[in-house]
Amino acid sequence: MNILVTGILLSGTYALIALGLTMQYGVARIMNLGNGETLVAACFVAFWLYTGLAINPLIGLVIIAPAAFVINWGIYAVALRPLVNRAKNRGQLEVDSILATFGLLFLLQGLMIVGFGGEYHSYTFLAERFEIFGNSYGLNRVVAFAAAVLIFVALWLFLYRTRQGTALRAVAVDPDAANLVAIDVARTAAFAFALGGALTACGGALLSTFYTFNASMGVVFTMKALIIVIMGGVGDVRGAVLAALILGVSETLVASLIDPGLTLAATYTLFILVLLFRPQGIFGRAPT
Amino acid sequence: MLRRSFITLAASAAVLAGAGTSGFAQEETIKLGASAPKSGPLAGGAAMTHWPNIQLWMKEVNDAGGLKVGDKQMKIELVEYDDKTSGEEAIKNIQRLATVDEVDFLVAPYSTGLNIAAAPAIARYGYPQIATTAATDGVKEFAERWPNSFWMLGTSTQLANGIVDTISKMKEKGDIGNKVALVNVADAFGLELIGAAKPALEKAGFEIVYETSYPLGTQDLAPVISQAKAAAPDAFIAFSYPGDTFALTEQAQVQGFDVPVFYTGVGTAFPPFAKRFGDAANGIMGIGGINSSDENVKGYLDMHKADLGSDPDFWASATTYAGLQILGQAIEKAGSLDKAAVVEAIKTGTFDTVIGPVSMPNNVNEKVWTVGQWNNGVFEAVAAEGMPVAAEPAKKSGW
Repeated sequence: MNILVTGILLSGTYALIALGLTMQYGVARIMNLGNGETLVAACFVAFWLYTGLAINPLIGLVIIAPAAFVINWGIYAVALRPLVNRAKNRGQLEVDSILATFGLLFLLQGLMIVGFGGEYHSYTFLAERFEIFGNSYGLNRVVAFAAAVLIFVALWLFLYRTRQGTALRAVAVDPDAANLVAIDVARTAAFAFALGGALTACGGALLSTFYTFNASMGVVFTMKALIIVIMGGVGDVRGAVLAALILGVSETLVASLIDPGLTLAATYTLFILVLLFRPQGIFGRAPT
Repeated sequence: MLRRSFITLAASAAVLAGAGTSGFAQEETIKLGASAPKSGPLAGGAAMTHWPNIQLWMKEVNDAGGLKVGDKQMKIELVEYDDKTSGEEAIKNIQRLATVDEVDFLVAPYSTGLNIAAAPAIARYGYPQIATTAATDGVKEFAERWPNSFWMLGTSTQLANGIVDTISKMKEKGDIGNKVALVNVADAFGLELIGAAKPALEKAGFEIVYETSYPLGTQDLAPVISQAKAAAPDAFIAFSYPGDTFALTEQAQVQGFDVPVFYTGVGTAFPPFAKRFGDAANGIMGIGGINSSDENVKGYLDMHKADLGSDPDFWASATTYAGLQILGQAIEKAGSLDKAAVVEAIKTGTFDTVIGPVSMPNNVNEKVWTVGQWNNGVFEAVAAEGMPVAAEPAKKSGW
């Protein structure tokens, strides 16, 4: 039971890390390698708001999410739209966006190193005991998990119950066909990229409540997010959440029952199994 | 057209004049090269321990007018590069520093791995290498292979024995039983220490009730703590790196893992650690430690705080500063910028540093603090080799 709860709490973190990339890669088709840096930047902003201005990180989300939305829209408009316009097909856009966001990665990392130095940062927020079924867990993790669930539900309602959300899904499935039914694909893609950035930033802000972070650890998060997004089926938020859950629980199982050294091996084994048997991901549609 | 060529000409003349002056200025200054992480996994550690001390030492020396080399007073200027926590990058940087920047001396790289990776390159150019953040059992062989290298932080056996001796002492006093949970990060540092600690623990009659390793970069250590807790040990020993040190401690606190001895690795001695855990940090043991009641160390701590506005870490920071002091004093002793003469001066001299007098006839500093324990905001050494400790080890009571 302990293992299961720990695993589920961990999967909440993973889902937070991956939801943003699902939007950016799945809908906007931008393989954003700077995703992890966006996450870490949000950690720093949450840290700064909390230690400098005593703003609770949960309230900080109200500032961080819209700011990240606007900044990511800007990044898309300035740096990525030219790539989208000149790309002849999806493959070329992916390659170009990987190269462009690779640069973005270093730019963001450099800015953070200049701004905050390379030290480790952390702060204490809700680091209290929280009992579930007689075992204790960190309250900050439970709160982050609850927030992850809320964010997921809100995102799901938006995607599956609103016009704009349906448009986003349509673009994820087939941009050309979406264009034919009068969806402004360019605008929708920009919106998806900005939304992805905002989600990633929310993930970072929540993560910072229980994680020790420094300016150069973004790559770790990008890798995790990438695996989850591909496992779940590119562009499908349900798949991303399910993949996060599977990953979180199986990593905790392996760490508790076999050896913590094998969690990476477990991650990649699962990843390979999914690629072998469902290369399109758990919820992805087989290419026709 | 004429005007444009005139401007070009004037500009080149200005550049030439500038180059000329800086060439002239070079004779009056000592060029110091530094290559260490500013990004990558060890950037956090280097930003805590390595870079601030270079800044601090240069400020102290330059404010005092510079180093006295022969009959000249020479200030120090720094050329610094990021090695991205990569051995190859470190070697490239050393080559660049030696051949392009033509620096007079080098600050040794940060961390065990990078010091070993760069050692052959540094030896090739004949620079003294005063490694202040490297702890390995290979120091004796390294000193033989690279006679220009000096190792100041002790061996992994010394560090592992430190904690084993500490808990043995506590066991004899009847403070704790003989059950130990042992955890390590699976990289060179963790493997070396676990390799040295295990036989020592068995020899001292301890029973290892839980043992595991985890890869570098793991942050979700809840399973490790819950399994360790289930094994009900008297002592929890983790040879960990900063990120995991914080994560393990937080998990232990959250899960109420009440253990009389809670020991973690690199990062425990960092001031942010005490800030992060507050009163709960009291009684936590970790690698390193210093003797803050020592006047020299105290002076160093005050100077660091006053000049840089932050506290140093309570382990390798002071050693890093001491390493630079040794370099400076050796240059003055040699009376020239000749590298071989300075290497010889380091080998034969005894140096007055913030960690006390240091001499390294065999290229190794054998006097080190090995275990520290947090006590109201100070990380006091409770175990050491060849020097006095600051306090006796005490049981940790609650979180």
